[in-house]
Amino acid sequence: MRAVIAEDSVLLRIGLVKVLEMAGFEVAAETGDAEGLLAAVAEHEPDLALVDVRMPPGFTDEGVRAALMIRRQWPGTSVLLLSQYVEERYAADLLAGQDGGIGYLLKQRVADVEEFIDAVRRVAAGGTALDPQVVSQLLLRRGGIDPLERLTPREREVLALMAEGRSNAGIAAQLVVGESAVAKHINNILAKLDLPQADGDHRRVLAVLRFLDGAS
Amino acid sequence: MGVSGALRRTTRWTADHAPWSSWAWRSTAFTAAGVPMALPAVAAFVFFKAAPFTLLVLLGLTPLLTRLQRSRFRELLEQEIPAVSYGDRPLRPGALLARLRSESTWRQYGYHLLLSPLAAIGGALTVLAWACGFAAATVYGWLWLLPLDTGGTGWTRRYDTVTVLGCLLLLATPWLAAALARLDSFAAAALLGPSRAKELARRVEDLAVSRAGVLDAADLERRRIERDLHDGAQQRLVALAMNLGIARATLTDLPPEAKAVIDEAHREAKEAIEELNSLVRGLHPAVLEDRGLDAALSGIAARAPLPVELTVELERRPGPTVEAVAYFVVSEALANVAKHAKASRCHVDARRDGDLLRITVTDDGVGGADPAGGTGLVGLRKRVGSVDGTILINSPSGGPTVVTVELPCGL
Repeated sequence: MRAVIAEDSVLLRIGLVKVLEMAGFEVAAETGDAEGLLAAVAEHEPDLALVDVRMPPGFTDEGVRAALMIRRQWPGTSVLLLSQYVEERYAADLLAGQDGGIGYLLKQRVADVEEFIDAVRRVAAGGTALDPQVVSQLLLRRGGIDPLERLTPREREVLALMAEGRSNAGIAAQLVVGESAVAKHINNILAKLDLPQADGDHRRVLAVLRFLDGAS
Repeated sequence: MGVSGALRRTTRWTADHAPWSSWAWRSTAFTAAGVPMALPAVAAFVFFKAAPFTLLVLLGLTPLLTRLQRSRFRELLEQEIPAVSYGDRPLRPGALLARLRSESTWRQYGYHLLLSPLAAIGGALTVLAWACGFAAATVYGWLWLLPLDTGGTGWTRRYDTVTVLGCLLLLATPWLAAALARLDSFAAAALLGPSRAKELARRVEDLAVSRAGVLDAADLERRRIERDLHDGAQQRLVALAMNLGIARATLTDLPPEAKAVIDEAHREAKEAIEELNSLVRGLHPAVLEDRGLDAALSGIAARAPLPVELTVELERRPGPTVEAVAYFVVSEALANVAKHAKASRCHVDARRDGDLLRITVTDDGVGGADPAGGTGLVGLRKRVGSVDGTILINSPSGGPTVVTVELPCGL
């Protein structure tokens, strides 16, 4: 698996290279801005692009825009965005019309190396990884005005983990329950939210997120 | 010592006010210079038959006359009469009309029409007084020079008296000139300068502009600090935490004490990042600049420790300073709710109504929030006041609390 990194802080870039190598990636290119990133992706067509949201020259949402461009032009390249703060709006932009292969995490999640590696692999494999903070923003914003009210607290927890992009096994491990219990919760959730069952982890996440997005 | 001091002062005063002192000549020159200034008005009176026309000409001459008068006051009396500002671009047709309708135009007109002739009469009298005084004081000289018909009788022959009166007149004339100059300058300050109310209005406008500038500068500074922290300390901390994480994941064969130290350092670094994040967010969140109030507020609402329902309706974005204040208001209000209200849920509503941004924060807590006390509320009030906003806190004991903030965004 090959990856490119776009991060303007050199210190962080060195660490990210190290972490990606630990995860079994070959880092094909490193760059400090969105232009360099697009050039690197065009040249190497990597499996994964690890992208900082705020980059020169504007230091606003260059990374988000570059990510959308990459997903449109090189569907084979997954994008994992890193941001100092996670903003639901950026997440909504990223997820609209996407079919997995996208992740959006707080920068500080990198510190928990194992979990981060887990997320990186998930995204590179075409899955999703959303930061729990984004998920809680999405859930809270819609709280109290829609069918989410009908969910039990446990089902909300499961929905949140689902939205982060975790598999049934991942959710079961996190909540310390059996996988069959998780599957049952998920069936209940999908039923309560009037969503048809679909195969594949990321599609159900997207279904949930689209529902959340549509409710606003 | 005291006597000699008083004597010295008296001598100096006398010298300063002598008929040949600069004071005397300045006042005289000033009053005399008023005479030509009155010629247009005098013409208006003389050609009385053509009154409407001459008055109109005088009105047309008003700006020029005012300018000349200002220069007379400045050069001869060292008195600055502030110019009346009519706003920009005087050559637009609308501006001419506005100028005609301006009350200061008519005040100036009044000065040139009525007071200027009076001042001119005063000026002429002054010159006459000097001439008469000089002639009378030197009457013996004239007698000597000219072959006089000595046949006259009565007072004209009492040359001693005439000489004394002439000297007195010479002494008195500077005072007459000074008094006239004083009266004229009072009248000019009142009639030729800008009116006091207008001047105050202009000052208030200037102050409002400069305050807005200060606010914008402060806002810019907050953004700069945010960027500096974001590009500096935060990145370094993340890199540190990441390296500690890598160490934790790879160095598995360390003694338990060393492992515990790494674990502790890792945890501390992550906590420091959290703390720094919340600090930087309070300054000026990047998303506010980038995506506006709606996105920024949904961020704070999600981080609040209680469920927050948020509705934002803005058809147009307010200016950056107002946005920053609105963000601060909601952030501070939610922090207060979390700290004091014991509420189970909260509703934040932000909507723009014309030029007014109205924000309501409602909670179902215990109430009793005192607008007079509490540093949080004082800070809120100050920040809202800085953009001429209003804040209303309705918090009966037992709840619920409703905080309503209105921010004008017309500027």
